[in-house]
Amino acid sequence: MTMLPKKTERKLGLVIDLDTCVGCHACVISCKGWNTENYGAPLSDERPYGADPTGTFLNRVHSYEVKIDGKESQLFHFPKSCLHCEDAPCVTVCPTGASYKRVEDGIVLVNEKDCIGCGLCAWACPYGARELDAAEGVMKKCTLCVDRIYNENLPEEDRVPACVRTCPSGARHFGDFSDPESQVSKISRERNGFDLMPEQATKPVNKYLPPRPKDTMKEVDVLAPFLAPVADEPEGFMAWLDKKLDKL
Amino acid sequence: MTNQTCLNTSPKVSDEIRKTTCYMCACRCGIDVHLKEGKVAYIEGNRDHPVNKGVLCAKGSAGIMQVNAPSRLRAPLKRVGPRGSGKFEEISWEEALEIAEGLLRPIRDQNPEKLAFFTGRDQSQSFTSLWAQDFGTPNYAAHGGFCSVNMATAGIYTIGGSFWEFGQPDWENTKIFIIFGVAEDHDSNPIKIGLSRLKERGSKIIAVNPIRTGYNAIADEWIAITPGTDGQFILALIHEILKAGKIDLDYLSRYTNAPVLLNAETGLLLRDKDGKELVVDKESGDLHPFDRKGIYPDLAGEHLESGMLHRTVFHSLVDQYLSPEFSADVVSESTGISAGKIRAIASELAKVAFEETIELPHSWTDFRGEEHTKIIGRPVSFHAMRGISAHSNGFQTCRALHVLQILLGSVEVPGGFRLKPPYPKPSTIHPKPHFKVSPGSPLDGPHLGFVHGPDDLALKSDGTPARIDKAFTWENPMSAHGLMHMVISNAYHGDPYKIDTLFFYMANMSWNSSMNTRGVLKMLTDVDRNGKYVIPNIIYSDAYSSEMVAYADLILPDTTYLERYDCISLLDRPISEADAIADAIRWPVIKPDRDVRGFQSVLCELGGRLELPNFINEDGTQRYTDYADYIVNHVRKPGIGPLAGFRGTGTSAGRGDVNPRQMDQYIENGGFFVEKIPFGANYYKPWNMGYQEWAVKMGLYDSPKPYLFQLYLEPLRKFQRAAEGYGDRQPPEHLRKRIKSTMAPIPIWYPPFEGEHVDPAEYPLHALTQRPMAMYHSWGGQNAWLRQIHGTNPLYVSSTQMKKHDLVQGDWVKLSSAHGSIVVPIAEMSALNEDTVWTWNAIGKRKGTWALDVDSPETTKGFLLNHLISELLPQKGDGYRWMNSDPITGQAAWFDLRVKIEKTELQKMDDTSFEIIESPVGKGPDNLSWKVGK
Repeated sequence: MTMLPKKTERKLGLVIDLDTCVGCHACVISCKGWNTENYGAPLSDERPYGADPTGTFLNRVHSYEVKIDGKESQLFHFPKSCLHCEDAPCVTVCPTGASYKRVEDGIVLVNEKDCIGCGLCAWACPYGARELDAAEGVMKKCTLCVDRIYNENLPEEDRVPACVRTCPSGARHFGDFSDPESQVSKISRERNGFDLMPEQATKPVNKYLPPRPKDTMKEVDVLAPFLAPVADEPEGFMAWLDKKLDKL
Repeated sequence: MTNQTCLNTSPKVSDEIRKTTCYMCACRCGIDVHLKEGKVAYIEGNRDHPVNKGVLCAKGSAGIMQVNAPSRLRAPLKRVGPRGSGKFEEISWEEALEIAEGLLRPIRDQNPEKLAFFTGRDQSQSFTSLWAQDFGTPNYAAHGGFCSVNMATAGIYTIGGSFWEFGQPDWENTKIFIIFGVAEDHDSNPIKIGLSRLKERGSKIIAVNPIRTGYNAIADEWIAITPGTDGQFILALIHEILKAGKIDLDYLSRYTNAPVLLNAETGLLLRDKDGKELVVDKESGDLHPFDRKGIYPDLAGEHLESGMLHRTVFHSLVDQYLSPEFSADVVSESTGISAGKIRAIASELAKVAFEETIELPHSWTDFRGEEHTKIIGRPVSFHAMRGISAHSNGFQTCRALHVLQILLGSVEVPGGFRLKPPYPKPSTIHPKPHFKVSPGSPLDGPHLGFVHGPDDLALKSDGTPARIDKAFTWENPMSAHGLMHMVISNAYHGDPYKIDTLFFYMANMSWNSSMNTRGVLKMLTDVDRNGKYVIPNIIYSDAYSSEMVAYADLILPDTTYLERYDCISLLDRPISEADAIADAIRWPVIKPDRDVRGFQSVLCELGGRLELPNFINEDGTQRYTDYADYIVNHVRKPGIGPLAGFRGTGTSAGRGDVNPRQMDQYIENGGFFVEKIPFGANYYKPWNMGYQEWAVKMGLYDSPKPYLFQLYLEPLRKFQRAAEGYGDRQPPEHLRKRIKSTMAPIPIWYPPFEGEHVDPAEYPLHALTQRPMAMYHSWGGQNAWLRQIHGTNPLYVSSTQMKKHDLVQGDWVKLSSAHGSIVVPIAEMSALNEDTVWTWNAIGKRKGTWALDVDSPETTKGFLLNHLISELLPQKGDGYRWMNSDPITGQAAWFDLRVKIEKTELQKMDDTSFEIIESPVGKGPDNLSWKVGK
């Protein structure tokens, strides 16, 4: 059993906007690129050019279709990575102490040296956010780019997770949820940011912003306010134009 | 226990960052390539770059897997087995160039038209076209004919620019944005950035698309339109706003040809002796050329001459569109959109355009000398691409959309749609087609251009087509991008003539870039009575082991995009912004580890060997050592070269002498050049003298070129007149009716042609493809990371059709068109027009290609709709085989396809006719753990 810290100094995490995510997978590949080159073992790919190619990814985008009675169906894109939970069951289940939650910022990490690849943490995570790397035999997960966000070799504006820096549709935000005035806290409050599966009592740090209502435009009958005909019975160009010019 | 490990949170990121331009799609974002020990360690977006402003899509970040792809060709190849077998031997560059020269020199000396040189997803068309022009063949084009030429030409003829990458919505000011027929396309990242800006500001986004994915999925409103009816929907919007008088009369009077007088007898525009269109001045009632200082053109002007009353374009347009046939009620059933919804959208457009007007306090002077103190914006904007253009009615539909924008006064204004330099540019200052062949000499001018009537057609003196693709002929008079999709078929049939050598670059013509793939393979491999190939020689350049490689006789292996020089030129397909002019370069941020050369550098050498005038010095030696040498030193006309930045002493922009340090300066500047349009000159560009004078200074025009937006497109009327029997140049009899009915000078809608040739009762469904955002055509399939996202492409079937055909998830269906059938896996989708099926574009691969295992899902489950689409429409008993293309531009009508589905017990594809190709590069490794740093 591994203990969680009683309290973390900060609560770093992501706000993911389901209203603007177009499902382009930019975050998925940027994450793969940064994290295969950086923290710990590379993110390997089995049969990369064969049948059933299977690689390790720390972030994946799923798409769900929602049917609503009497309305048009909708499609949502749902990027999913570790939510850096306050009560992270993946940490407490770890038999070696390899999984831990950082006191200073709340990031949940795996110390690969101590990881025996038993997979208990992946089993304990209700979100399916951990993947065992087939080549290295160690558990891989989102590090919130801990090697970017404090990295003095990067310009200050780039000290954000790779997925946030790359997202073309501005659907990902990074910040400190322990500060109520941070951008992530504010945007989450204003847009009703929600916890994923709160019934699991994991207290995820990452928040999701719900999609705004869609297909709300009301059908308009012939006498729409902005479509009042210029002439009651249009009789060709001259009648139309005379009346139109009268109104100018 | 707790284990707070001590971490190095500041690891070294890279040894060096090299900034260049992405080529994972046509978007051309700036990228920062991080290198460790000379190898690519990480790729991210360049924050300073005008296109992507730091962001980067999945394809861009996956570039690292393109550069290490096992499918990369390694050395020049000479075919040693039969075509299609994939049997090659590696040869030296010297031998390869000797073979190429041996094939090409006699052609040039005797009959240059025997060479057909077509390039695919080429971003160097101003260079490759110069080479082809110097060679002297009339048979050159890039891939626009099967891509989106309807969009490009309709835009350029109508507003002097188009959607695509030539303009953009005013993302910062628009309040309602309607996007038609776009999955992923040009521009990819700018659209995503723009949509997020609209979301931040709460602007309304309306998506018109039979399929609700991607951009359409996040839109506020989804219009699940019936494919091929976008034109009807747009014209209904026009009818409704016109009936209500919600149009911008002042804008129409000043900036469009609405007030120009039409000859009541001929339908041609009235012009003065200098050829300038005539209008009636509202104040004086006198007739004047449109650009006369001080006049205000009268939309209701009339001119009586010789007993004939000539009225305005506007008069005809209003008469046409007020007709009840265009009303929301009439088109509701065929478009699948309720009349109330059409009116709701028309009402919203009217409200935003005229009640939520923007006024910017810019002083500017128009081309008639009138001074203005403000700029009025109509904050409604549109974007559209392939979904509306890849139909046989695509040209008229694209034009209809531009006419709607013009009537709302929303082009080149704040909040509307804005063009990017070098656009706007009137169609009349583009070149016309050139096709005069003289053995041993260059062609008489640029191949491609804009025709303005029958006199400009590319016909030989006997009336037969001058070009192998029959571009600029009566079958498709305004085919400004050529018809690459007809080249192989025409060459095979010797119609209009036989050729000797096909020379392709970056075009997968034996697979996803051809209609009727099986038929094309037969044409490429068929032999004559003497056992010789019907298409005698094929030279191909590609960086990768694509399907097309196996069908060529000689392969010139290209580099990857990180190993080469390129220029993203204003002479070609620019990357400018509405507020700024920009261009860019690529440079070899890594060196190739194979015996490959940039194709353009190879053309420099071939041009030297063949003694093409632009490619040799006065003493006959090769002029450009490589493409970089050409980019810096080529002079298109005095002061103008491929790159606009850092000219002269390194500080001139636009015009300036050759600067030997130009490439270095681009590299120092992050790989691009950008310069803002002066404040106040950046709106109303076609009529704003501030812009016009700036554009002359920058070398975009030689003198100011103000022009009118073309609601009425006179060249179309000229073709109609010919079809009516007027003039010396006459169309063939069988085309008269079609020319008269389709080439209407004010946009119309007609049903897609496939519906006339096949029985809609037998083939009740529409079939479409979409580009995935994380994949660009076939290139993505070889990418170890991207293929894990899109390794298969099920046929998406609507819930209604699933029920009707008793289908469940995991079933396979037989998918048939009038042309053929294939067996494919399906998936249910509910957010889909119920009479439409669709799949992702170009995921399917042929066994043995792209260094993939033969049992990879791309080959066992991935499929192409191309097998169901023919370059010719089914016979309809009139003795002719009609092209499956737009009758005006020749654009391949991919999206006219009609199909049926039948449940089948077969659970696999029938691929017996596609044998395994022997891979010239072997296959990729079984495991990958990519980390270049220690």
